Amino acid sequence: MSNQTHDSVEPSYLVAKKGLLSWLITVDHKRIGLMYLVATLFFFMVAGLLAILLRTELFTPGQDFMSAQTYNQVFTLHGAIMVFLFIIPSVPAAMGNFLLPLMLGARDVAFPKLNLLSFYIYCIAAVMLVLTLVMGSLDTGWTFYTPYSSTTGTAVIMATLGVFIAGFSSILTGLNFVVTVHKMRAPGVTWNRMPLMIWAIYATALIQVLATPILAITLMLLCIERVLSIGIFDPALGGDPVLFQHFFWFYSHPAVYIMVLPGFGIVSELITVHSRKHIFGYRAIALSSVAIAVISFLVWGHHMFVSGQSELAGVVFSFITFAVAVPTAIKVLSWVATLYGGSIRYTTPMWYAMIFLWTFTVGGLTGLYLSTLSTDVHLHDTYFVVAHFHYVMVGGTVIAFLGGLFHWFPKMFGRMYNERAGAISALLVFIGFNVTFGTQFFLGHQGMPRRYYAYLPEYEYLHQISTVGSWVLAAGLFLVLFTLLAGLKFGKHAPANPWGGVSLEWHTATPPIEHNFHHIPHVESGPYDFPEIDWDSAKH
Amino acid sequence: MSSSNASNERPAWVAHHFDTAGQQVSSAKLGMWLFLATEALMFSGLFLAYFLIRKLHPDMVLVASEELNKAYGGVNTVVLIFSSFTMALGVRAAQVGNQKSLERNLMITIACAFIFMGVKYIEYSAKIHHGLLPWNFFDMEKAAHHSAALASFEYTPMFFGIYFTMTGLHGLHVVIGIGVLTWILIRARRREFTPDNYVAVENVGLYWHIVDLVWIFLFPLLYLVK
Ligand SMILES: [Cu+2]
Repeated sequence: MSNQTHDSVEPSYLVAKKGLLSWLITVDHKRIGLMYLVATLFFFMVAGLLAILLRTELFTPGQDFMSAQTYNQVFTLHGAIMVFLFIIPSVPAAMGNFLLPLMLGARDVAFPKLNLLSFYIYCIAAVMLVLTLVMGSLDTGWTFYTPYSSTTGTAVIMATLGVFIAGFSSILTGLNFVVTVHKMRAPGVTWNRMPLMIWAIYATALIQVLATPILAITLMLLCIERVLSIGIFDPALGGDPVLFQHFFWFYSHPAVYIMVLPGFGIVSELITVHSRKHIFGYRAIALSSVAIAVISFLVWGHHMFVSGQSELAGVVFSFITFAVAVPTAIKVLSWVATLYGGSIRYTTPMWYAMIFLWTFTVGGLTGLYLSTLSTDVHLHDTYFVVAHFHYVMVGGTVIAFLGGLFHWFPKMFGRMYNERAGAISALLVFIGFNVTFGTQFFLGHQGMPRRYYAYLPEYEYLHQISTVGSWVLAAGLFLVLFTLLAGLKFGKHAPANPWGGVSLEWHTATPPIEHNFHHIPHVESGPYDFPEIDWDSAKH
Repeated sequence: MSSSNASNERPAWVAHHFDTAGQQVSSAKLGMWLFLATEALMFSGLFLAYFLIRKLHPDMVLVASEELNKAYGGVNTVVLIFSSFTMALGVRAAQVGNQKSLERNLMITIACAFIFMGVKYIEYSAKIHHGLLPWNFFDMEKAAHHSAALASFEYTPMFFGIYFTMTGLHGLHVVIGIGVLTWILIRARRREFTPDNYVAVENVGLYWHIVDLVWIFLFPLLYLVK
């Protein structure tokens, strides 16, 4: 793909500058990416442990160690931290920062200082969200629905301001990435030669720029509602509480694609590199990311089928929601077609990609139950929704994130991890995840409502299976952590290109030098033209 | 290869990660346009809220909007449009390297921004004096004393809620504008801008135009529409 053969004598970005301060004021996208990675993984662990607490409380039907109020606060914090401090920044800000300039053959993102600024804005937001804990906590759920959120005595202002500020970090990252993709591509990297990871991050960045301002104004209105009170969300003061739901979901539905599109990008990379086969339907996958980004702005009403919007609106939103399944299915089928006849290597990243195909497909298909008007009336606000959401967010994004972490870990740190431990972690995560959330489809279908700390005894059996599953899942995730930490300390030195990838990040030293490339590469072929592909016999 | 040639002729103001000056300038412009898009989207949420209030309580909005002083609003509109004009002249001056004209136009623009905020202060004081404020601070007694028609509507404070929210957020943008314009003026005095390096002036100009543009929508909607 490139004529880059220079052997590295320059120090890697990890040691090019020394001392804590050199990290704190760095404008190197790779270092900023790593700082995001550490921060997001920390919050993943915090919010994950909160989830374990919730599941453990639910082991028996009655109250065990949490009051109803505490339970409300714990699930709110679990949701808010997972969504705003982990999933949204995890892939774009952590991995995207590290990979985007490398994959484009650039020296850095377009605005390196802005990049560092958005990291610190993220940190401020994180501190504010954590501060709500000591300021009376938060019990509104991560969705902040009015009128409850404009009347409850908990720290809503602090929490919404925290999320508001996190939104700015997200906007600035998205803006930076859009400009980077447009302006920073190396010579020869045409739009059709960009790795699919870049296409996914680009589509994500567009949503970040176009949807997050609406979240900002929504949360600002909520704060003003509490301080000055316009009355716009309160029927007693002349307003309309459903308006808040429109505002909120106009951002938050596109936001689930901010969360999952980068996962699609990772899986495209994992599947093609580890099956040594050119991706099937490059353009279809690339453009379906953009199509999903566009459609995602037109479906928010599917969260309000039972909130009293008009019947016509319900039908229209239901139909458009079904339409999202088309570009999504194009992706899944293209990945399966890529695997067909490939030389599949069962590496840890590939195991995670396989798990993704299973869990994400379940998550996507159960979405169709919820977008169908009549079944949604039955399933609305039950564990079915919880299960669907987690199959998409954990089974989709988090699984892809873990696969990507194993895939690019050698490039980031210059060390290999233990393959066997990685594979066992994948197995544990797969079993634990499906046991935890698979059962919740049944619970929801039987009528178990979400967000309750206690339940009727007939749900006990399934709840207990789910709770045991969550412990297995936690064990798997800790094994991931230990495998990577052990790799960092004791792993073999990684070669520049351990997986035989063709995209540009594999064409520089491992770990990369500070300015990424000794010479800016010239690119003459696509990102998946593996040298061993025999184009004559393999009919394309 | 292009990068090695470019490094010989690259001016000092081009950052290390860009190949050419053109790449840096066009990146900065694209970034600014995207930022303006986020601003427009953010205000669009407030406009939606405004239209909803109008739709829910059309009679109240008609009467309440009569309370806004059309003369003050009109003066501010003229002031902002004029400042947009001087801003554009300033950008043009930077483009042709007319240092004196650049500084003068920036100063006039900043002065206009201060005039705008001064008029806003007078308007806000009058509203506060009559108790015409959002729900939590609305003073029914003072309001009824001021205008019986106003007090006859149940949801009058909603209008002043959205009025203070929209003009407040816009005013905040004007204040930020004063800050960035001053920063640009300081840089201009240090002679940092040349005919091929003035994208910062251009970008702040774009920001100022959108602040102006938002007001051009706010003024008729809040003060004039019947
Ligand atoms: Cu949705």
